[in-house]
Amino acid sequence: MRVAVVTFPGSNCDRDVSVAVTKITGKKPLSIWHQDHEIPNCDLIIIPGGFSYGDYLRCGAVAANSPIMREVKNHASRGGAVLGICNGFQILLEAKLLNGALIRNSKLKFACKEVDLKVSTNINSPFLDKVNREDTIKLPIAHNEGNFFADEKTLERIEGEGLVALRYYNADSNSDYNPNGSINDIAGILSENGKILGMMPHPERYIEEELGGVDGYKFLKNSIENLS
Amino acid sequence: MEFKINISLKSGVLDPEGKAIENALIRKGYQEVKNVKVGRLITLNIEGSDKSSAYERVSQMCEDMLANNVIENFEIVSSDSNQ
Repeated sequence: MRVAVVTFPGSNCDRDVSVAVTKITGKKPLSIWHQDHEIPNCDLIIIPGGFSYGDYLRCGAVAANSPIMREVKNHASRGGAVLGICNGFQILLEAKLLNGALIRNSKLKFACKEVDLKVSTNINSPFLDKVNREDTIKLPIAHNEGNFFADEKTLERIEGEGLVALRYYNADSNSDYNPNGSINDIAGILSENGKILGMMPHPERYIEEELGGVDGYKFLKNSIENLS
Repeated sequence: MEFKINISLKSGVLDPEGKAIENALIRKGYQEVKNVKVGRLITLNIEGSDKSSAYERVSQMCEDMLANNVIENFEIVSSDSNQ
């Protein structure tokens, strides 16, 4: 099992992702720099969170046009798995590897807290297979632009094809359960083949009880095992 | 040649920043204000003298990267013409 983690200037979750992957696989993932022009064969590319290129232009827009993203697109077009977390999700959308856009949180506040999530898709995806759909997952979020938006037609297609991977879930009758105004409570979406997942929550931050929980560990472990 | 590119959110896309500014203006007594939207202005220079091909290139840049067609519209204004 080979995992690669891409680092852009301004990425700041790359090390956390690397620690989480190492904990799961026992092997340090490949570290790929944004100016690299090739990615060695691997089973999973992770685009971590952060503020790539200072969020200039739009979050993820400059990173989506950097040299390494051509390689990420090649990997994806061969059916390779890609996971984009937070800013990584924004980058995948800007790179048009996923449909839709992430705009400013509706309340204009940086949202930094734990959220409840429910797996929503019914398509096959290495990221979500063998996840117990009845359970809710607790993961932390930390973002300013996590408000998922798509025009009506695109949204209908995404919903119709079961591409919504994760939704914010109202676990305890909390009117604030959707932290950013995201349409249909969308927290993460999949590509048509289920191999590309973009999600706002940070699984790599919940890999030990001491850090707040282990749902992130379970989530990543399950994904990695399904891809192995 | 200098070009100005006005990038604005498409109608129907939530603009919480515009809304916050609108509310603040109304609070300050400008009750007549409506539909405040916040956009972005990019200016750039293009080398060469063929205006229509330069305009074409700028338009490509907008499609390709400067604007996100999921949420944004763009308008290109050449600063030395009425184009």
